[in-house]
Amino acid sequence: MASKVIHAIYTDDDLLMQAVKQVRGEHYHIEEVYTPFPVHGLDKAMGLAPTRIAITSFLYGLVGLSVATVMMNYIMIQDWPQNIGGKPSFSYIENMPAFVPIMFEMTVFFAAHLMVITFYMRSKLWPFKKAENPDVRTTDDHFLMAVDVGNNDVEQLSKFLYDTGALEISLIENDEDH
Amino acid sequence: MYTLPNKLKLFATIFMVVGAIGIISGFLTTPSTTAEVKEMMADAHHDEGTAGDHEMMKDEHAGGHDETKASHGVSSDNAHDNEEEHLLHTLHQMQNRPWSALYIASFFFFMIALGTLAFYAIQYAAQAGWSPVLFRVMEGITAYLPIASVILFVLLLLSAFGVNHIFHWMDPELVDVNSDKYDKIIDGKSGYLNVPFFLIRAAIYLIGWNLYRFYSRKYSLRDDDATDNRWFKKNFKMSAVFLVFFIVTESMMSWDWIMSFDPHWFSTLFGWYVFAGMMVCAFTVIAMVTMILKSQGYLEYVNDSHIHDLAKFMFAFSIFWTYLWFSQFMLIWYANIPEEVTYFVTRIEDYKLPFFGMLVMNFVFPVLLLMNSDYKRINWFVVMTGIVILAGHYVDVFNMVMPATVGKSWYIGLPEIGSMLFFFGLFVLVVFTALAKAPLLAKNNPFMKESKHFHY
Repeated sequence: MASKVIHAIYTDDDLLMQAVKQVRGEHYHIEEVYTPFPVHGLDKAMGLAPTRIAITSFLYGLVGLSVATVMMNYIMIQDWPQNIGGKPSFSYIENMPAFVPIMFEMTVFFAAHLMVITFYMRSKLWPFKKAENPDVRTTDDHFLMAVDVGNNDVEQLSKFLYDTGALEISLIENDEDH
Repeated sequence: MYTLPNKLKLFATIFMVVGAIGIISGFLTTPSTTAEVKEMMADAHHDEGTAGDHEMMKDEHAGGHDETKASHGVSSDNAHDNEEEHLLHTLHQMQNRPWSALYIASFFFFMIALGTLAFYAIQYAAQAGWSPVLFRVMEGITAYLPIASVILFVLLLLSAFGVNHIFHWMDPELVDVNSDKYDKIIDGKSGYLNVPFFLIRAAIYLIGWNLYRFYSRKYSLRDDDATDNRWFKKNFKMSAVFLVFFIVTESMMSWDWIMSFDPHWFSTLFGWYVFAGMMVCAFTVIAMVTMILKSQGYLEYVNDSHIHDLAKFMFAFSIFWTYLWFSQFMLIWYANIPEEVTYFVTRIEDYKLPFFGMLVMNFVFPVLLLMNSDYKRINWFVVMTGIVILAGHYVDVFNMVMPATVGKSWYIGLPEIGSMLFFFGLFVLVVFTALAKAPLLAKNNPFMKESKHFHY
């Protein structure tokens, strides 16, 4: 099934924000908004759900802390408890201050890297990925709002978008595969 | 305008009265002779008045007013036989206790006011856009500074004139070569640690801080009626100068007023460590006072985002404090040099629960509770964390002072709680009286508009 989308191009982020609010007010479905830079408050205006990436990061941090603890407990205390410079390697807690720098760094390492990888996976970003922007100008100074036509009247929708301050309006026929 | 409720006045007065009773009874129940100590020790659950105790006598750090020659070469046989000497030692520790309790509590509330003043100066110097709606709250809190300064200086004077012996090094016999108490190490430091210079330094710090506090408040009030930014600019410049003065004097203050309790010990990051603890307490108190006033409908323009920012400061500085605590602890633990490590040995052996308990209160608790962005906007969450943080930093000051002055004879009882209650009441009374003296919104501040609309 081929769906139709209207691409409305704006040149001002304030205008775009205004338009997003109006479009949402009329219950049209915004498929995507392309901007050259982060527009503060756009996610809220679009009604996007808040990100959960901070939560994943916290959990990854706990994993890192566990890895560091288990690793050093095994190496330094269980496997070969040598006397190194008189440090007490009888139990983990006794020698813990010496391990804290590693525990800390591992926590940060896991939290940061796994969070970044999660971000790449969730945003579908990788090297050699085909760029998705529908109009090259959206990486420079234009803002593009893609509105799903659905069962709405194209003429009416275009008129409405034009009234919100769109500079260019074009009807795009999407094929299923992209 | 805020008016001081009569209820609050009564509340604060009750705290002061109860606290004063606690302080006085703390002084009255202190033993004055070794015979009384012996009796008390017979009653006490930890019965340790016998011979095996000579390690305590050897430990020159534990005792405020030590009988043993406070050097490294104490022979154990002279400590072994003499029970009377041990009792005398304990007696001096017990006599130090109410003084230390008073000193800790007065320093604790003093450092809240001082930390707030430093934060206030930072906000001016950084031209922060979010905080001007909180300036009058901060000014209210720093109103406690002059009073705290006087109290603290009086306490230092009392020590200097030998009324108490919490500052061990002030004993003139320690630097007298002919005395059998002669301490070479303390004598070597007497160029810095001598009573007149100590008092002069204290006076310089206190006068400097109070001058800034006086003029910044004055200019801030004048700014309300000004037609230009003259007073704001003055405050801006003065804050920058004050911050330079502050960081030098704060560092020296921590050596003088806290580190010198252990005159044989030194640590280079001690000033920062005290500073970090001071700042956490200041943020917490600013947040709490703000929330109290806000809940009574006085701070129209303060919103959740302001609280959020303060909670972020509480969170970040809790971690900063822990970072410094650990840096100090781990370096000394790792190198394990006898002259440095005794500081932590006494604390871990005799103060295990407060020493590690404060880590939970000052680090684990705030980190877990204030990590979530949403929780930082929930007032009761911030208040709850704040109470634990404040209690934790009281224990921190306790841990810095008590092991050196009372050693093993510590306990959180009447004198400690009484002192805290007394100074809490005084603090509340002074702060809220000061808040009632000026409008709670500084009118003419150039960043006020931004601050009113601040949102995160």
